[in-house]
Amino acid sequence: MSNLTDLSIAAIRDGVRDGSFTAREVAEGFIANVEKGRSLNAYVVETPEHALAAADAADQARTSDDLKPLSGVPIGMKDLFATKGVQTTAGSNMLGGFKPVYESTVSRKLWDAGAGMLGKLNMDEFAMGSSNETSAYGPVISPWRRNDGGNAPLAPGGSSGGSASAVAARLCPGATGTDTGGSIRQPAAFVGISGIKPTYGRCSRWGVVAFASSLDQAGPMARDVRDCAIMLEAMSGFDPKDSTSLDMPVPNWEAALSSDIRGKRIGIPREYRIDGIPEEIGRVWDEGIERMRDAGAEIVEVSLPHTKYALPTYYIIAPAEASSNLARYDGVRYGLRGTSDGGIDGMYQATRHDGFGSEVKRRIMIGTYVLSAGFYDAYFNQAQKVRALIARDFERVFNEVDLILTPTAPSAAFALGDKSSDPLAMYLNDVFAVPASLAGLPAMSVPAGLDGQGLPLGLQLIGRPFDEQGVLNAGLALEERSGFTHRPKAWW
Amino acid sequence: MSVDAATVRHIAKLARIAVSDEEVAALEPELNNILGWIEQLQEVDVTGVQPMTAVIPNTLRMRQDVVNDGGIRDDVLANAPVAEHGFFAVPKVIE
Repeated sequence: MSNLTDLSIAAIRDGVRDGSFTAREVAEGFIANVEKGRSLNAYVVETPEHALAAADAADQARTSDDLKPLSGVPIGMKDLFATKGVQTTAGSNMLGGFKPVYESTVSRKLWDAGAGMLGKLNMDEFAMGSSNETSAYGPVISPWRRNDGGNAPLAPGGSSGGSASAVAARLCPGATGTDTGGSIRQPAAFVGISGIKPTYGRCSRWGVVAFASSLDQAGPMARDVRDCAIMLEAMSGFDPKDSTSLDMPVPNWEAALSSDIRGKRIGIPREYRIDGIPEEIGRVWDEGIERMRDAGAEIVEVSLPHTKYALPTYYIIAPAEASSNLARYDGVRYGLRGTSDGGIDGMYQATRHDGFGSEVKRRIMIGTYVLSAGFYDAYFNQAQKVRALIARDFERVFNEVDLILTPTAPSAAFALGDKSSDPLAMYLNDVFAVPASLAGLPAMSVPAGLDGQGLPLGLQLIGRPFDEQGVLNAGLALEERSGFTHRPKAWW
Repeated sequence: MSVDAATVRHIAKLARIAVSDEEVAALEPELNNILGWIEQLQEVDVTGVQPMTAVIPNTLRMRQDVVNDGGIRDDVLANAPVAEHGFFAVPKVIE
C-alpha cells in the first residue's frame, strides 16, 4: 500500500469515502515517509499520534456515514500556526519550548474538517527569509537536485520551506503555508508544487504568529490546483477574532473548478520582463502565455508602472510592522528570557539579543529606524503612499483584464549558502511575488516546466480581490496544458 | 541617508536589542546597504496620494461591550519564563 502516499488530497478523501483503503493506512504511510525523510529537515516536531487519532476518527465516521470534507487526510502544519499543546516556535529560539494553550483559527478549521496533523513544519525564523536558512532549526533541504550530477543541497525557498519540501517529497499530501511577500508562492515554484495566497482577509490571522499584519495571509500548498481549492475552502472563513477578517461567505471553489477559460482576458505586464534574469524564465513564461491562448484566453499586454518600487516599498512596510509586532518578545509573558545585571531594561535587551537570529534583528532595526522620529515621513509614510500607487496600478489593469500571468520567481532554486551572506540578493528573489502582496490580491503559483538543470519553474496568476475562483480556474487550465508530472527522485 | 555606528547603537537601544562592538561593525554596512536601496522611493511622485491604511476595504466591527473571555489565569501564565503567586515576575524595577 506504499503508493497511498502518491495520492492527491482529493484521491485520499474519495478513497477513504468509498472504502478503497482506510484512513489509518494512509496516515501510517505518511508517518513512515516522515521518518524516512528526516534528513530533509522539513519537520521540526512530529505528531504521529495526532494523525492517527484523526485517521481513526475518519474510519469510524465512515461506518456511521458522518465523513467530513477532509476526513482521512493527514497534513503538515507550518510552525507559524499556534497548535494547542504542540510546540510552536515560528522557527525561532525566542519561542523555544512554547506550547500554546489555544489553537489558531485556521488549524482549528482544518481539524474540524477532519484533517489530521503529521507534524509542525520548519520555516524561516518568524517567516523572514526566502530560503529557509534563517530557521533556528537549520535549513530545510529541497528534495530536488540538479541533473548535472552535482549534489549541492538546494534551498526549498522560503519562508514556507518545510511545507514545500514535505509536499514535494511526499511527506504529506498538503500543508499550510503563510505568505507575507511570496512565502507560499516562491517555495511552491522552487519545488514544483502549487500554492495559493488568497485575498487578504480570507483566512483568519488569529493564532498565526504575526510578522507584518497588513500583509500576512495563510494559504495551502499542495501538489495540484484541485487540492489547493479543497484545502483553501477548509481554511477560509470569517473570524470575529481577527479585525481584518472578511465577513463574506466562502465559495465552493472545488465544485466550481473549471479549466474552461475561453474569453478570459489575461494581462501580461511588461514591467515583469526585467534584465539580468535567466533566459529560461522568459521561455517558460512565453510557453505559459501560449498555453493560455490555446485554452481560449485573450492575451493582453498591460502596464503596471510602479512595479520596480514594490520591493523597496515592501522592505520598509514589512520591517516596520515587524518591529512593532515583535516588540511582544520581551522575556516576560512567554518564550526566552535572557539574563543581565542591568535591571529590567537589561533583561529586555539580553532576551532580544539571545532570542532573535541575525535576519530578524536586521529587519527589526530597519523597521525601528523607518518609524523613528524624523524619518517616519521620509520612509514609512512615503512607502504607504507608493503602496497606494501600486494597488492603483492593479485596479486600473483589472478594468481591462480578468487575470495577470507572470513568472513566480526570477530564478530556479539556488544552492544553500549562495545568497545567505547578501541580504539584498535574497530580497530580490521576491520581486515578482511582492506586488500582489502589497495590493492584497489572490495569487497562485503553478508548476510550469523545468530549467536546463532539471529544476522546476513556476508561473504566477494574480486575480481581482475575492476572485480566487478565477485564479484557481486559470491555474487548472495551465496545469492541464503544462502536463507537469516531474517529481524529485528519492535520495533521502 | 546613511547611519553611523552611534546611530546603529541608538536604533538597537530603541529596539531593545543588546549589541556588541562586533555586531555594530557588521550591522553598519548592512543597514546602509539596505537603506541606500530603499532610498529610490524618494523619486516617486506621490503628490495628492493618501497613504494606504487598508489594503482591502473593510469596516471595523462593533461588538457588545461585555466580558466574553477570561478566567484563565493559569493558561495565561503557562508559558511565562517566571511566574510567582499568580503573576508574571520580572527583575526588580523599584528600589
